[in-house]
Amino acid sequence: MSSTSNFQAPETGTARVKRGMAEQLKGGVIMDVVNAEQAKIAEDAGAVAVMALERVPADIRKDGGVARMSDPNMIEEIIEAVSIPVMAKSRIGHFVEAQVLQSLGVDYIDESEVLTPADEVNHSDKWAFTTPFVCGATNLGEALRRIAEGAAMIRSKGEAGTGNVVEAVRHLRQIKNEIAKLRGFDNNELYAAAKELRAPYEIVKEVAELGKLPVVLFSAGGVATPADAALMRQLGAEGVFVGSGIFKSGDPAARAAAIVKATTFYDDPKIIADASRNLGEAMVGINCDTLPETERYANRGW
Amino acid sequence: MSNPVIGVLALQGDVREHLVALAVADATARPVRRPEELAEIDGLVIPGGESTTMSKLAALFGMREPLRERIADGMPVYGTCAGLIMLADKILDPRSGQETFGGIDMIVRRNAFGRQNESFEAQVEIAGIEDGPVEGVFIRAPWVESVGARTEVLAEHDGHIVAVRQGNALATSFHPELTGDHRVHRLFTEMVRAVR
Repeated sequence: MSSTSNFQAPETGTARVKRGMAEQLKGGVIMDVVNAEQAKIAEDAGAVAVMALERVPADIRKDGGVARMSDPNMIEEIIEAVSIPVMAKSRIGHFVEAQVLQSLGVDYIDESEVLTPADEVNHSDKWAFTTPFVCGATNLGEALRRIAEGAAMIRSKGEAGTGNVVEAVRHLRQIKNEIAKLRGFDNNELYAAAKELRAPYEIVKEVAELGKLPVVLFSAGGVATPADAALMRQLGAEGVFVGSGIFKSGDPAARAAAIVKATTFYDDPKIIADASRNLGEAMVGINCDTLPETERYANRGW
Repeated sequence: MSNPVIGVLALQGDVREHLVALAVADATARPVRRPEELAEIDGLVIPGGESTTMSKLAALFGMREPLRERIADGMPVYGTCAGLIMLADKILDPRSGQETFGGIDMIVRRNAFGRQNESFEAQVEIAGIEDGPVEGVFIRAPWVESVGARTEVLAEHDGHIVAVRQGNALATSFHPELTGDHRVHRLFTEMVRAVR
């Protein structure tokens, strides 16, 4: 019972500690914030974590140019302002941005397609870090490749900054359907499935046995209303990222709290109805059909 | 004798892992989100998650008072990590409006072991758990700063209290539900059986 009875030295950065951190976020909402004031509004509304970034995706789309990791000062101010976990984004393949974020003490790194990719071939080696990573995926193969690289959490890659859930719905349905298909395969078929998915056989086999990803799966991209959040949960997302949807709306504090309620009671239409009342203007939104291919973030990463 | 019915508070957090662990430990486990569902359970697990979020949702959906009453009445409860915080009579550094259910006479410090980069695994010897230490998974974990006279300290790590029991209330800073080792859940199931 005394501390001398701990035979092994404590170990940080293990897969269990990284994946376990994401398990604690389940059933919750992670909100994009651009300053300490927004971070506090998010925490007061019941967010389980915040994503610190300089511009929300809707503004990144509008402004154009190269989108990069945020200013360390701004990230540190947000870390100081709240007690919930703070996440931040690095560019795809920009492992030095990730090293910087780790040194700042962020709790999770999002290797994100919302920023301009730094490497067109390689994602970062996420096993090399103590800080866990979340990565986006449009389908099962992409999710498993990211997990093979060390991602401890997966999210959909819905078109950020559009206020349109259609792409996130597509990705979640795709991942779920592909997992269901794997469940039906016998051992002989799993080798070919791994080849087709372009993912390591061991992880494919694990998913076939578990009937789910070995890490937590969240929805991200395009959630603008409480009903959107509940839809993603009913489709199998274990929690929800909300980006531009909150702070680009008429009444951010009310909308944030409403999305939190709807995420917890995602299967109770009465509570979702109550949460949806008098929220003011939702963000305007963009139709994904009219987005040129070159402006689709989901095409970034592979 | 039939299995005891043990609820897992399902407002937010690692609910699924607790449901699985309880089922292995011979309990009938079910998620609980509404006040009326409290009437159907013999004991309750408060999972890991974000204590600020859990506290807000509990107040918002009318769970706080009914739960306080059941715990004060002696319903067995077990809290892990955020759940330990929710069972503390006092938080050292609460966020504004953050209130606990109480039940254990102790003062807790949130995120005491540090941010995620400092999260760790270590072996923990727990009083009353036989066959060697358990694997302690500590994630942005709290510790217990001090306990009252009626609170029994079950485990320490690095000189800090990380597991306690007071009557029918049990709490750990770490997450046995994330390991395959269900001895702590068995201990809790036995506590629920004993008062049923």
